[in-house]
Amino acid sequence: MTTLWISILGVALASAAIKALGPVLVGGKELPPSADAVIALLAPALLTALVVTETFGEDGHLVLDARAVGVGVAALVLALRAPVLLAVALAALTTALVRAFG
Amino acid sequence: MPFALATFVLGISFGVLARSLGWGVVAPIVFSVIAFSGSAQFAVVAVLGAGGGALAAIVAAILLNSRFLPMGVAVAPFLKGGPLRRALEGQAVIDASWALASRGGGRFDREFMIGATLPQVAAWISGTVIGVLASDVVGDVERLGLDAIFPAFFMALLVDELRDGGQTIAAALIAAVLSLALVPLVPPGVPVIAACAGALLGLRGRSS
Repeated sequence: MTTLWISILGVALASAAIKALGPVLVGGKELPPSADAVIALLAPALLTALVVTETFGEDGHLVLDARAVGVGVAALVLALRAPVLLAVALAALTTALVRAFG
Repeated sequence: MPFALATFVLGISFGVLARSLGWGVVAPIVFSVIAFSGSAQFAVVAVLGAGGGALAAIVAAILLNSRFLPMGVAVAPFLKGGPLRRALEGQAVIDASWALASRGGGRFDREFMIGATLPQVAAWISGTVIGVLASDVVGDVERLGLDAIFPAFFMALLVDELRDGGQTIAAALIAAVLSLALVPLVPPGVPVIAACAGALLGLRGRSS
């Protein structure tokens, strides 16, 4: 039980510290234009990595399973400008169907 | 906020998962209240569930959440007040709110980000409570395809970003290749941080 509580408190403190660091250090200063250009590309880079790792990652290796089909369907309908909630629901439904009948 | 619904469902799955590992009722709920970080909390579930210790669990969570460092740097110029207030406002940085508050060209909408985070935190905590209490009823979250919700959701935010074209697409491609290559080689969380290198493309000047 102690291991669990140490983990919980440690993660909460570390998470708060990580989130505080950027805003405290950078402060209200204006950033140089080159930094702005890099920061503008952070969102697409991070989002891509999150999609890739949560779709294909499984315990430290790459897998191609029902999730990939579900997320693929979501990408397709999003490209056709479907609303976000519909795309997310279709991803879950497709993944569940592939698992049930695949 | 449609994202609060996805967060709510994910909170339920966290509660169910934690309960199935014998965490009891109180610990998962306290965890969601003080950490409110889905990725870090699922990482702790994975490490402790696989027999790992507290240190391994904390390191895994730090690696995963270190993405909030560049995110915090990005929003920093738009936050208000002294160091303490800025540190507090920085707590509002969570994936969905940060991405939704991005106004393109490196600009961020501070009020929108904080306003988007509050309902998500509420959804995450209430989802955890329901998951912990109803773990027997909900059953297997994977059978329902619920684990596809978060990548699909990130995909939605990404598709919006990619409509900017040009360097955005190139940066995303670099990030995709880096994270795919690194997943089998390094601990979970590291590929997401390393993929940020794709953003260094911005140093080459703007082409779009």
